[in-house]
Amino acid sequence: MSKLFSKENQEVFTGPLNLNNPVAVQVLGICSALAVTSQLEPSIVMGLSVTVITAFANVIISLLRKTIPNRIRIIVQLVVVATLVTLVSQILKAFAYDVSVQLSVYVGLIITNCILMGRLEAFAMQNGPWASFLDGIGSGLGYAWILVAVGFVRELLGAGTLLGFRIIPESFYVENGGCYVNNGMMTMPAMALIIVGCIIWAHRAYNDRKAK
Amino acid sequence: MEQMLSLFVRSIFVDNMIFAFFLGMCSYLAVSKNVKTALGLGIAVTFVLLITVPVDYLLQTKVLGPDCIIEGVDLSFLSFILFIAVIAGMVQLVEMIVERFSPSLYAALGIFLPLIAVNCAIMGASLFMQQRIGMDPNSSQYIGGVGDAIVYALGSGVGWLTCPSPCKDSASRLSPWDLWLWHSCASPASAFNLKSRKTSAQ
Repeated sequence: MSKLFSKENQEVFTGPLNLNNPVAVQVLGICSALAVTSQLEPSIVMGLSVTVITAFANVIISLLRKTIPNRIRIIVQLVVVATLVTLVSQILKAFAYDVSVQLSVYVGLIITNCILMGRLEAFAMQNGPWASFLDGIGSGLGYAWILVAVGFVRELLGAGTLLGFRIIPESFYVENGGCYVNNGMMTMPAMALIIVGCIIWAHRAYNDRKAK
Repeated sequence: MEQMLSLFVRSIFVDNMIFAFFLGMCSYLAVSKNVKTALGLGIAVTFVLLITVPVDYLLQTKVLGPDCIIEGVDLSFLSFILFIAVIAGMVQLVEMIVERFSPSLYAALGIFLPLIAVNCAIMGASLFMQQRIGMDPNSSQYIGGVGDAIVYALGSGVGWLTCPSPCKDSASRLSPWDLWLWHSCASPASAFNLKSRKTSAQ
């Protein structure tokens, strides 16, 4: 048991959450991070889906790593990932139909998410299944927390709600005699780029200060 | 014909892969340092799109769609696997062609050439095409045949290709100039599009 949670394995898991974050440090997987974060709920679902898919794809590729011929490894990786994405997409359609409609093509585009291919190539092809599983969960959650943070800001300032519940009271709005207006910019994808930029800035400033 | 023209212009300007959907950002940010590699990758992407989207269209309508192979069975849930297999195979082919005919371009593109397989713009175009088959035939986004699919692929490819091309050899990758240029192109294009939709409705 202690071997399973050794120091190295802990680092494999926590690295991508902070110091080696796939979005903030490696700038991977930006496309979907920009496109699905206009509300909090799709962001959470997307983050969880990517976490599950990365973890299991990492395990499968890690188990197969000695048998895959080098020349066709990308195709093998893509087929494994596509199978997992198909499963997740069917589960979403069955149990969370509204969210799957909101995510539309971006569920399918998890296949081409750079984080997945990056982890498979850089980690799962060299390491054992358990370490790869932890790495996949860590990378997925590292991506998920950025998505959730961006979705939180965009939904709160863009619509005044969180997960569909009203946070900023109706009476504050201009139409009802208050002095508050939703920020329409927040609903546009360009704003996600700017918020991700702000998160990267804060993240680097904090880590640089800690390093000193 | 008017429908195809409208689809073409719309897919270049209004539904631009990079500026409307943020697809293919990774390689866009990486290769847009100079015009030659940007154009080379753009042409490779367009070429792959031009083959994969029509092939995926045929797969979707002739093999995967409801009642195609077996009566009463809808196989469209297999589309992800089949689409990505088509794309990966095509990219392998393009890689061989580029290596044979332009070794310098092959060296310049480096790892980004095999990575076209995981370029979200290509997978995205196939998935959008799949979505558009089920749309209202009067809308300018509708894809109703192989011809439409080819036109859509060409438009998306050209839209993707021309995004990084105006960047000069400079440190600023996405200059304000780009954004301004594209914004000013997209506005009349959307006006054109609205007009053509109105005329087809009459």
